Amino acid sequence: MDWTFIQEYIPMYVEAGELTLTIGILGIILSILIGMIASAIEYYKIPVLRQIVSIYVELSRNTPLLVQLFFLYFGLPKIGIRWSSELCGIVGLSFLGGSYMTEAFRSGLETVEPIQKESALSLGFTPLETMIDVILPQALAVTVPSLVANVIFLIKETSVFSGIALADLMYVAKDLIGLYYKTPEALSMLVLAYLIILLPVSIIGTLLERRLRYAGFGN
Amino acid sequence: MAEVQLSIKNLHKSYDRLDVLKGVDLDVHKGEVVVLLGPSGCGKSTLLRCINGLETINEGTITLDGEVISGKSQAEMSKYRQKIGMVFQSYDLFPHKNIIDNITMAPRKVQGRDRVSAEKEARDLLARVGLLDKEKAFPRMLSGGQKQRVAIVRALEMHPEMMLFDEVTAALDPEMVREVLDVMLELAGQGLTMLIVTHEMAFARAIADRIIFMDGGHIVEQSDPETFFTHPKTDRAKEFLENFEFVARKRKNDSV
Repeated sequence: MDWTFIQEYIPMYVEAGELTLTIGILGIILSILIGMIASAIEYYKIPVLRQIVSIYVELSRNTPLLVQLFFLYFGLPKIGIRWSSELCGIVGLSFLGGSYMTEAFRSGLETVEPIQKESALSLGFTPLETMIDVILPQALAVTVPSLVANVIFLIKETSVFSGIALADLMYVAKDLIGLYYKTPEALSMLVLAYLIILLPVSIIGTLLERRLRYAGFGN
Repeated sequence: MAEVQLSIKNLHKSYDRLDVLKGVDLDVHKGEVVVLLGPSGCGKSTLLRCINGLETINEGTITLDGEVISGKSQAEMSKYRQKIGMVFQSYDLFPHKNIIDNITMAPRKVQGRDRVSAEKEARDLLARVGLLDKEKAFPRMLSGGQKQRVAIVRALEMHPEMMLFDEVTAALDPEMVREVLDVMLELAGQGLTMLIVTHEMAFARAIADRIIFMDGGHIVEQSDPETFFTHPKTDRAKEFLENFEFVARKRKNDSV
């Protein structure tokens, strides 16, 4: 191991890590928003929009992120839409993540028994209050594990951003290998960088799950 | 007789092509305890759910205190549902809230009552059903009978004018049925209007002012409980009541 090389290039990894995180976090926030809206459409069985949601979910889940990114980065300019690689990254990640989040929220909502809704309504809650005070808290408690898994999955997926010339962590590692043949150093730092980002997410997720374990079950 | 509180006229309800209620007319008077009996699928639970607006009706009107409450949107129904308490067969407490919050959530959110007075009333009611020590417990820690008693308290805390009970003891272990029925008997004694769907015949006979016997989406027979259980008028009601009677068989070793 060449430790001076590692020391010298840590700042590059930090910069790339920041980019990876920024795009990852923005993409995840948008994914969650898409997931909430789309799962609400499915839950309330809104005609037409519901069919659009299921087409979107299948399309998004059954195509690789790299293909989606190529479509945005190399395909769209052919019809006159030219987006920066950062924007393509965010849009691509949200497009992919949205469907995973939709499924997570949908399955969470499905675990809440219809009687919960009916008993809240029968107490005089409006449909909106029923959703916010009774159904969502129970659904979210069930959703947390798959939500955390999706967040980790999406951050890892950012590694294909290098395919559209985004200087993310993967891109930097490939760059350093190509320039200096410092393969072990570059790859070790890459692994370490992902661990530094993802381990806290895993740990927070586990703690959250433990806290919420009882909320959804054992009525 | 007291004034008519709830009036149902020509109520029709169908799911897709299955007609469940085929023209039901029923008046319930203030303070009256009406027990709905009938075979499974006769429409008695559906009738309760229609009153509460949990099912949209196809035809007819439902009037509460002279005001038509059928055909309203879910949001509009919120106002009328506060006057109609309902307890269901499956335990319907909110699992993410403890007992006192289960009871006070609706009064505080829906009726805007303050926490202190809502909790004070909740404790009084819990004490009445013998569950004061459970206020901080979560629903999962309670037995089925205890949960149903809390569900009744939760509905009462809204100060309803009328209570609907939809087979509230059907999912309970036999030894827990009694504690729930006793609470209902006490309520009936206080003059609360009640509509009860049950399969507990002895209880129906004890609590009812009037028995409504339904079959195939119609009200087939109605009378006071003594008449209904001793001299049912229709063959269908006789047949139904025979299901609950047993003739002891002669055991072989009796003669040995």
